[in-house]
Amino acid sequence: MAHRAPRAMSARRTPWLRTLLRSPNGLFGVVVAAIVLLAAALSLVWTPYDPVAVDVPGAWRPPGAEHPLGTDNVGRDMLSVLLVGARVTVVVAIGSAIVAAIVGVLLATLGALTARWVREPVAVLIDILVAFPTLLIAMMLAAAFGASLLVVFIAVGIGFGVNMARVTRPEIRRVAQSDFVLAGRAAGLGPLRNITRHVLPNIAPIVIVQLSWAAAVAVLAEAGLSYLGYGAPSTTLSWGRMLADLQGYIGVHPLTVLWPGLAITITVLGLNLLGDGLRDATDPRLARGDSVTRAALTREPVQL
Amino acid sequence: MEAIFRRGRPVSAPLLEASGLAREYSLPRDALFRRRDVTRALAPTDLIVRDGEALGIVGESGSGKSTLVRLLLGLDTPSAGRVLFRGHEVTGVRGRRLNWLRRETGVVFQDPYASLDPRMTVGRIVAEPLVGLRIGGDHAGLVADVLVKVGLDPDMTTRYPHEFSGGQRQRIALARAIVHGPRLLVGDEPLSALDVTVRAQILELLRGLRDTLGLTLVIVSHDIGVVHDLCTSIAVMKDGEIVERGATTEVLSHPAHDYTRRLLAAVPSLD
Amino acid sequence: MSLDVDGLTVVIGGRTVVDGVSFSVGDGDRFGIVGSSGSGKSVTALAIMGLLPDGAVVSGSIRYDGRELTRLGERERAGTRGRSIGMVFQEPRTALNPIRTVGRQIAEPLRIHEGLTRADAWSRARELAARVALPEPDLLLRRYPHQLSGGQRQRVCIAMALAARPRILIADEPTTALDVTVQAEILSLFQRLTRESGTSLVFITHDLAVLRTVAEHAMVLDDGRMVEEATVERLLTEPAAPASVALLAAARATAWKRSFDGGAR
Repeated sequence: MAHRAPRAMSARRTPWLRTLLRSPNGLFGVVVAAIVLLAAALSLVWTPYDPVAVDVPGAWRPPGAEHPLGTDNVGRDMLSVLLVGARVTVVVAIGSAIVAAIVGVLLATLGALTARWVREPVAVLIDILVAFPTLLIAMMLAAAFGASLLVVFIAVGIGFGVNMARVTRPEIRRVAQSDFVLAGRAAGLGPLRNITRHVLPNIAPIVIVQLSWAAAVAVLAEAGLSYLGYGAPSTTLSWGRMLADLQGYIGVHPLTVLWPGLAITITVLGLNLLGDGLRDATDPRLARGDSVTRAALTREPVQL
Repeated sequence: MEAIFRRGRPVSAPLLEASGLAREYSLPRDALFRRRDVTRALAPTDLIVRDGEALGIVGESGSGKSTLVRLLLGLDTPSAGRVLFRGHEVTGVRGRRLNWLRRETGVVFQDPYASLDPRMTVGRIVAEPLVGLRIGGDHAGLVADVLVKVGLDPDMTTRYPHEFSGGQRQRIALARAIVHGPRLLVGDEPLSALDVTVRAQILELLRGLRDTLGLTLVIVSHDIGVVHDLCTSIAVMKDGEIVERGATTEVLSHPAHDYTRRLLAAVPSLD
Repeated sequence: MSLDVDGLTVVIGGRTVVDGVSFSVGDGDRFGIVGSSGSGKSVTALAIMGLLPDGAVVSGSIRYDGRELTRLGERERAGTRGRSIGMVFQEPRTALNPIRTVGRQIAEPLRIHEGLTRADAWSRARELAARVALPEPDLLLRRYPHQLSGGQRQRVCIAMALAARPRILIADEPTTALDVTVQAEILSLFQRLTRESGTSLVFITHDLAVLRTVAEHAMVLDDGRMVEEATVERLLTEPAAPASVALLAAARATAWKRSFDGGAR
């Protein structure tokens, strides 16, 4: 039935951004992402010490005035290495997100909007590909092309992309069946134009949310794959590599392992929570109309 | 076909002609090697809509009225039969090659909450036919003009659909349907989702537009009240078939078919 | 039996959705609540049933047979639902559990409120199904909601609402989502049921013609406030409040009178 126009709604373009920043999840996620990005950017122009400078006599220094996080097994300043490692984190996160977005949206569109003889096999294909663990894909790629960061973000991109396709496909179908898409056809829009004008903007929120989760998975995957030797080559400084190099010393110098581990954990947590926050902030039901609905949908627990 | 107007009124040229139009849907398979079951949404139907006419298509759910109208507009492909618009073939023409028809027609759908893209501003929504049909000229001006015509404030083009009530949204949808100056306006249950007080206003608006713009109307409704005053002729549908057709006054005062009589008898009256 | 609502006010999310509404319903009364969308009709009904969302603030009094409902704890309130007051909602599709048979859903309130055994509850369910004129009850009760038509589903909802023999039945726009021929059947069902069992009816609608068919007395709500209370006849011939006048005018503008030789203007 018709709603009365909500009284105090303004014409803001991004009410979701405000909602995001107001939620604890969203705020934490945004802050973490910002810190990692800034660290990576900063490392391009300045680090406290030269991260590759080896100083063996100065190895294993505990955190102190000169080295806030101490030094590693060959005397490198942990903080500097961490900052430089952030670059890899950022590249992997963004790279994977891009690959995942392309693979995911493309597959989902093929599986949702094409003729039945294309659609149904693609849907089956998606389900088959979902069964492949990302790690397996990475190992296969590394075996064929050698271990590198590219392997990491293509593997994660594909792995996450197909998962994303699975979730996005029904959403695309739902939007494509809306009356406003039909109205677009009636207004003379061709199918491609209709998709770019109506379908893509309406699935953007769900895609963006999943991309933040993809980035989280990517960071974790990079750590794991580098640790196993399929990711960053030993010459590249990444948090995963740091873990791999220092894990043997965990019994003697646990703090050195703690720093990259903590960095990875907080970043992954932050990206995950960012995804959760984005999902809540872009829930269309919260943007809609009346206070009765909103009161019922927000913090109030559901009464049984 | 049939004489729509009686008592010496002029018979004008057919605008829309459907012959043998039918639509079937195949259902999901029960078992792997059985043939799919088929459900009939529209039985082979003939229909003529004349220029200047206002046709009401009345029926309950499952009667096929929405299906018929989508086929007439080329928004769906029939299983059989053909549709001609001013003598030109509509059936089998796909995509942008049907834009000549799109130019002459405008549609308003039932749900004002689903027919406007929530992520687009009102201005972009209303201008869509101008964009899709590559109509040049001052889009902003045309949009402002048509918003005034439907009783809305022309300054609201930068706002979003969720800021408006159901009645206002339906006006926006109406603006979009006529901004490109079509000959035929089709409404698929345009008033059903609206509150009763708003319904009266939009009905009045439709009547006004019909007169001032000389539109041919095809209005699908399950509500006789909506159709009896707005439409000059009526087609009653049941189970995918048109069971009765004729001038509104005639059909409503002397219903010939049994179903029509039952339908009319079921309408609750105010006095 | 009497239901007395006095000065009922409901505030949700800072907005006063129902503002000082008062009315009384006695044995066998057929009372209507009319108004346009957003006038507070549904919220009033939900307040009586105690089914408002958690953030809602209710003040005023709702007395059923002298007992103050607003002061009851949730447990006791739940006891009144179905037993004293039954409710039928607008959308039968979402009011029924899709993964349970219709018969079990009718039997459920019986097992809860009267502690009947499964067999007893089932035979009562069959009686109820017959009472609401569901065809072939034995077969139909074993079906799932999606296998029934809209009208049949609504009949099931009515049977469920009547199962524990409430003295009052609240119906919130129960026919709005139904076809007009089905609506006519359901409305006459309501008339018959209330006549036969003496159950009172509180019928919420925005359609004055529907109101005329089922109710004798009604109140008009506008923006949460009660602006008029009168017999339905009065509301349809000489409405006093502006909101009532507007409703009637809108109804007349979109109404069709049978065997009236109307035509296009």
